[in-house]
Amino acid sequence: MLEEILFQLEMSAPQVVLGLVNGAFYALLSLGLAVIFGMLNVINFAHGAQFMMGAFVAWMLLNWAGIPYWGALVLSPLIVGAFGAVLERLMISRLYKLDHLYGLLLTFGLALIIEGLFRNGFGASGLPYSPPAALTGAPVDLGFMALPRYRLWVVVAAFVVCIATWLVIERTRIGAYLRAATENAPLVQAFGVNVPRMITLTYAAGVALAALAGVLAAPIYSVNPAMGSSFIITVFAVVVIGGMGSILGSILTGFALGLVQGLTRVVYPEASDIVIFVIMAIVLLARPAGLFGRA
Amino acid sequence: MASAATDVAVGPVPPPGHAAGLLGFSRAQGIALLVLVAALAVAPFFLYPQFLMKLLCFGLFACAFNLLIGYVGLLSFGHAAYFGMGSYVAAHAAKVWGLTPELAILLGGVAGAGLGLAFGWIAIRRQGIYFAMITLALAQMTYFFALQAPFTHGEDGIQAIPRGRLFGVIDLSSDLALYPFVALLFLAGFLLIHRIIHSPFGQVLTAIRENEPRATSLGYRTDDYKLVAFTLSAAIAGVAGGAKAIVVSIATLTDVHWTMSGEVVLMTLLGGLGTLFGPVAGAGAVVAMQTYLAPLGAWVTIIQGVIFVACVLAFRAGIVGELAKLLRVRL
Amino acid sequence: MSIDRRALLGAAAAIPALSAIPSGRARAQGAPVRIGVLTDMSGTYRDGSGPGSVVAVRQAVQDSGIAARGINVEVLQGDHQNRPDVASTIARQWFDRDGVDVIIDVATSSCALAVHGVAREKNRIMLNSTGATADLTGAACSPNTIHWTYDTWMLANSTGGAMVKAGGDTWYFITADYAFGHALERDTGELIRKQNGRVIGSVRHPFPGTTDFSSFLLQAQQSRAKVVGLANAGVDTINCVKQAAEFGLTRRQKLAVLLMIISDVHSLGLQTAQGLSLSETYYWDLNDRTRTLANKVKGSMGGAMPTMWQAGCYSAALHYLKAVADMGAAGAKASGAETVVRMKAMPTDDDAFGAGSIRQDGRKLHPSHLFEVKAPGESRGPWDYYKLVRTVPTEEAWRPLADGACPLVRT
Repeated sequence: MLEEILFQLEMSAPQVVLGLVNGAFYALLSLGLAVIFGMLNVINFAHGAQFMMGAFVAWMLLNWAGIPYWGALVLSPLIVGAFGAVLERLMISRLYKLDHLYGLLLTFGLALIIEGLFRNGFGASGLPYSPPAALTGAPVDLGFMALPRYRLWVVVAAFVVCIATWLVIERTRIGAYLRAATENAPLVQAFGVNVPRMITLTYAAGVALAALAGVLAAPIYSVNPAMGSSFIITVFAVVVIGGMGSILGSILTGFALGLVQGLTRVVYPEASDIVIFVIMAIVLLARPAGLFGRA
Repeated sequence: MASAATDVAVGPVPPPGHAAGLLGFSRAQGIALLVLVAALAVAPFFLYPQFLMKLLCFGLFACAFNLLIGYVGLLSFGHAAYFGMGSYVAAHAAKVWGLTPELAILLGGVAGAGLGLAFGWIAIRRQGIYFAMITLALAQMTYFFALQAPFTHGEDGIQAIPRGRLFGVIDLSSDLALYPFVALLFLAGFLLIHRIIHSPFGQVLTAIRENEPRATSLGYRTDDYKLVAFTLSAAIAGVAGGAKAIVVSIATLTDVHWTMSGEVVLMTLLGGLGTLFGPVAGAGAVVAMQTYLAPLGAWVTIIQGVIFVACVLAFRAGIVGELAKLLRVRL
Repeated sequence: MSIDRRALLGAAAAIPALSAIPSGRARAQGAPVRIGVLTDMSGTYRDGSGPGSVVAVRQAVQDSGIAARGINVEVLQGDHQNRPDVASTIARQWFDRDGVDVIIDVATSSCALAVHGVAREKNRIMLNSTGATADLTGAACSPNTIHWTYDTWMLANSTGGAMVKAGGDTWYFITADYAFGHALERDTGELIRKQNGRVIGSVRHPFPGTTDFSSFLLQAQQSRAKVVGLANAGVDTINCVKQAAEFGLTRRQKLAVLLMIISDVHSLGLQTAQGLSLSETYYWDLNDRTRTLANKVKGSMGGAMPTMWQAGCYSAALHYLKAVADMGAAGAKASGAETVVRMKAMPTDDDAFGAGSIRQDGRKLHPSHLFEVKAPGESRGPWDYYKLVRTVPTEEAWRPLADGACPLVRT
């Protein structure tokens, strides 16, 4: 009996570990979305496209400027984040007085534009991007499976970035200003804090997180214009389940749902895509603010 | 959109009692309707009938969507679920069960209604952005269901759907024979939606859109009204989907994908939320753009994005809405 | 899933008239013969087919000498983006409105099946080069379609057969979840069972759009099958092979690339692809005739060598134009089925496949070849990738006529 259980665990473990890799992306992306929604009240539908831009910028840095992966990890989020700041100043800021849904529609339109431009420029089938030399080579032997080093790195890196972001928001002064501005922007502005600038920087930071996820994703998913749209809807579901403005909620839910998906692949593979949405529907009915959100 | 929004895209809708004209149409609307009917009658001799029929199907889909967003204020971001399942059910009914086209399309509508009732019941419990997200999630579930269910044939789709004989008698295989049927179907749906809006029921819907708590305080069970509107909208979307399947002889995953949901939002936004003719104009513009700009490949996506952005930032009333504001009429 | 145009249409017409045209007038007397090349111009199968197929067809038009007979030929191209609804719409529009007489290539079996149906409905022609499903000449065969180049049965028999003979008697499939993957898995499975092997299991991956195959490869590893059969093609196969190497799958199991073509090997590089067995019906360096064809077209293909899919388009267009020359343009345009009958009556001979013929069920017949990919040290330069292992003669390479259940075949 025990042997049977251990055997089942050994059979399931590899898929669950792979699920954790997916979960790393869900966590990073939903973190970015949660930061943006918490501060701006905008559902950033362009998040997937910005994730894709992060991957493409990394590819361009490598192939056009000879800058390898480690440089791209820093530069790509900066570049795409700057682009995000421009978007916010020019367009998104005009919608703050309107219903949130206009923000959704605007960013949906932006996503179409960005994806179309990249498809025009690079075709639809995807460009290869190799993991850096330090992370290739023999896979790490975990006993029950051989996990490529690069994927292990993704989990660790994502985890570190998530914790770092949470710490910045919850434990630093600037994080405190951000949280205060989320609750009562005019009051914070009255104290002399430049709230509009903070908002722009927050959006840029959320976008930079998406771009960072994109660089991490490039060696695994190959760099193609559709890579964002495959993720974005699932990530929305993750954010809603976690609680739309909750930072901790999105991190935990992201990793957890990756694990759940991995487990579903073992038990009932056809449902692995749909399970997150089923969970989302249930959570929305029972606790609409999400598992960690405040209504 | 959501109630109590400070800036809503919809132009003022004077209560039906003040509308001049027959059957609740204002004078401008009446003229527009006559122009539309005349155009429909003449168009197949100038334009490719397949293109026109597709336009009509999407026009009907957009009208159904507009019923929810323009008149009830609910943004359903997953309307492709009803359109797509309507398409699949009609396809299966025509091809595998051998039903005549009007029955197949009717079944498509029933499928849309059933799904609308179920999903609407779940979604209506929440408002605003949560409502939109639930509808998106439910539509995504429908997509994955369609991907796995054997009868849809997944990526291959249901191909070679026969057009059959209308009522068992009239052979629809030629485009010119099918066209009048589709045109009449569209007009019937269009008039039905108009009727729904200009009725006591429709007035309550408008009240709910403007200020739901007040409507509740007046004693209306707003959730029930919203659910009925949702189901009607989904049913008509299902009919549009079924008709589309018969017209193009194929039903695929594109019909249930979330980009289809996005497209119908685009059509309605571009045409004009909450106007009667807006969705038709929007559908016409989008389908025409996709057809005639198709050689430009990815540029079509880019242009659609630009239109979305432009409409949201500057042009919230849409083509027909702006026209109506300019002429100071109700369209 | 692409945000893109899962839209209805995606034709790129060489004909400039994009505005509304009165329908049904283009078949008037004296109208040019129009060939439409419909394929994947931007996605998974772009490199193997794509714009190179258009180049191949144009070359065939030139080589046919048809202009000298006073017959005007126009070549159109369209991108179906691997969507059957887009393929169906373009085919209809081309046949109804734009006077196209024959559609050549049609990558992606789900699209091929859709166009196959439309061609039959409109009594025009489809000459399928890239779509692989053997169903086109099976129970769904039609008098308006000829299946060129290869099919899933031939691949199963050649590559699958070779792997089984080399000791791979247990298999696990990773299958692209659409008509092609299903057909290839089915045909290879039948072959395996016939040779007393066993299919342990299979898993289907979404098509198009899957780029990370790790969870599928993991299942394949856990099955402990001796052979992992990749029932997919193009970029999907490339990604599977690369990721299989990352996960160390090839240390204990063999990979069977049931469909791999030279452009895939080029993308993978010999370091990763060496030793793989694959089957093709055209290789540029096989003989003098194949080299002649390659030299003619490679300039317009950016230096890439033509793949068997593109060579198939050349061969199909050439043979079609032979029939047109024979029947006259008006005769050929009048009925697709009649033209196909004429094509089946004439033996074929071209630089791509040599001498061959077309069978009753629409199957084009010619020999196929089993190759092994060279190691980096064995290759003399780019595109010198294959060692010929065996040539499968025409009589053996294709599914026997009686086994296909094609209604056109009367016993």
